[in-house]
Amino acid sequence: MAGHPGLLPSEQPVQLLDESGVPVGGADLRMPDTQRLLEAYTSLVIGRRVNDQASALVRQGRLAVYPSSHGQEACQTGAALALADGDWLFPTYRDTAAVIARGVDPVEVLTLLKGDWHAGYDPYAHHVAPQATPLATQLLHAVGVAHAARLRGEKTVVMALCGDGATSEGDFHEALNFAAVFRAPVVFFVQNNEYAISVPLARQSAAPSLAHKGVGYGVNGERVDGNDVAAVLAVLDRAVATARSGGGPQLVEAHTYRMQAHTNADDASRYRSEDEVDPWVARDPLLRMEAFLKKKRVLTKARRAEITERAEAVAAHMREGVNQDVEPDTADLFAHVFADPTPQLTEQAAFLADELSREGH
Amino acid sequence: MYVFGEDVGPLGGVFRITDGLTAEFGEDRCFDTPLAESGIVGMAVGMAMNGMRPVVEMQFDAFAYPAFEQIVSHVAKMRNRTRGRVGLPIVIRVPYAGGIGGVEHHCDSSEAYYAHTPGLKVVTPATPADAYHLLREAIASPDPVVFMEPKKLYWAKDEVDVDRPTPGIGRAVVRREGTDATLIAYGPAVSTAMEAAEAAAQEGRSLQVVDVRSIVPFDDETVCAAVRSTGRAVVVAEASGYASVASEIVARVTERCFHSLAAPVRRVTGFDIPFPRPSWSASSCPAWTGSWTLSTTFSGRTSDDPYVRPSRPRGGTHRGRGREVAGRRGRHRHPRPARRRGGDRQVHRRGPLTFRRDGHRPARTGG
Repeated sequence: MAGHPGLLPSEQPVQLLDESGVPVGGADLRMPDTQRLLEAYTSLVIGRRVNDQASALVRQGRLAVYPSSHGQEACQTGAALALADGDWLFPTYRDTAAVIARGVDPVEVLTLLKGDWHAGYDPYAHHVAPQATPLATQLLHAVGVAHAARLRGEKTVVMALCGDGATSEGDFHEALNFAAVFRAPVVFFVQNNEYAISVPLARQSAAPSLAHKGVGYGVNGERVDGNDVAAVLAVLDRAVATARSGGGPQLVEAHTYRMQAHTNADDASRYRSEDEVDPWVARDPLLRMEAFLKKKRVLTKARRAEITERAEAVAAHMREGVNQDVEPDTADLFAHVFADPTPQLTEQAAFLADELSREGH
Repeated sequence: MYVFGEDVGPLGGVFRITDGLTAEFGEDRCFDTPLAESGIVGMAVGMAMNGMRPVVEMQFDAFAYPAFEQIVSHVAKMRNRTRGRVGLPIVIRVPYAGGIGGVEHHCDSSEAYYAHTPGLKVVTPATPADAYHLLREAIASPDPVVFMEPKKLYWAKDEVDVDRPTPGIGRAVVRREGTDATLIAYGPAVSTAMEAAEAAAQEGRSLQVVDVRSIVPFDDETVCAAVRSTGRAVVVAEASGYASVASEIVARVTERCFHSLAAPVRRVTGFDIPFPRPSWSASSCPAWTGSWTLSTTFSGRTSDDPYVRPSRPRGGTHRGRGREVAGRRGRHRHPRPARRRGGDRQVHRRGPLTFRRDGHRPARTGG
């Protein structure tokens, strides 16, 4: 990575805007242009609205569970906006906002968390893999997609997301190693939100930073302030460009914070105090970008209203879609296990259909 | 189609199965990977998602276990997860089972782990022709196939008509016709079953042998038709018997053929122990255990406990009274083959079945 020939990440996470939205000097990265920052801000607002709406739908009993990325929207936005059209995104269960930012229908995305199916969208439609529930396994899939693209001579880049906890999994290390050996164009983007459910980062890793883990594999590491969407975009833009031009895989660690519990079923008060959470409120990624854009007189009242309207439209679409009950078709249970069902599955499907018809379903 | 794994490139794999592929097709098409099985299978998932057909090699049965999560959670389930949108045409080749004097982690019969997972096809050839044609079909399959290669058959030789495919995945075949009983076997146990049938023939018994070939999907039709034709069945497998593929076959046959059965379906399997040290491995496999179990099975003994040494039958009854071997020392011990007296013969007219295999303890039929 330019400026870091020794693979090691910078001493401090890259930051372009401080907590109050004032540009800071010193970074070797240029501020993304205003149009791009406006687009990023719009995505932040929509991402926040998606998170809050989904959490509300859990409280109403319409979604089974929702792992919120509230507070991490700059990372969600950056991951989605740094990619070109043909690129791939490999998200986790917490990356719903990023998936939506890539253009996938929010109602299709929430199929998983509503419990109607394991993945509700077509991964090929927007080049977004199913949201991974197991940790780090999807990183290897990302390497495979990238390697296949490279073998075909395509310029595809794959963005592979995971959290801090997942960096302890073996597949994280195998993925970094495979990607490096095959020079696969993958950007591994770790959202370090300080917690793996209840376990703090200190129990996860004794490394100087998670980005340092790239060194052992020959992978460039970089750290970024995960609540500064301008910095996230700039760092990811550079990582994507390096990977695309044959520079091999890149590892980016974003320092952020999980503002809410792991999911709605979790009780964060059992393992962390409000005192710890409070300072992060002021580091909110939306407020920071809003302050910057207002100061630049780019974010007018009219434009702010327009963005809010767009976010509300997304939320309304979510409510409407999620509130629709889908009549389950039991044949579906057997139809997709294999391309052609085995005789045994055909038999079992017929058996179940017959049982249900007797019960008057 | 892309072939990759550990040592499969220039070396051609530790068993030389991929010998010459890199030279002929280039390093992009057949290549070595870092030594990490989860990485190999996980990368195969991504390549398959992106339009390729990966054929990966797990160097040994027990070396495949680090890839278990990828296989069970993703390879097997991606099609279902995505409602059919993302199929994964991956072949995972697993050299498996014993018979080559291998050490502990080179001899596992791991087929049941895969067979138990919905979404995986599990195929195992027992002949060179099947090794060729089933592998071609596995590669052409739109679904993932765990292709289990019995290591001891790597040195088997035969003329293979490459233009004449053998029956497809999902089909069992009758390897030997017979009328007295049906032996059902797969993979490394097929040759054992064939030898047993040959030995039985010399003693006047006619044993039919069915080669399952395709553990998933299972060919109920062929297997059950075979069992109904003889009325007796023994499932022969090298794997340990508890919760095994052999268990499943016994259950399926019993459920479907109950009224055609003249005797309970029996199993001849490995013991429920880790694969024994190489110098003793013969004693774990059906080649040895079979000598005793087959002999008791066909003598008509129907004790509820397969490890019971039959006592001398009383005249006129075919039901021997069992005496538990376990009782003698408080733990299960494989009994020596039972000595038989004439009583068995009176019931069956022909002597109880036995077969010999050089170097293995033969059944003693007495009388």
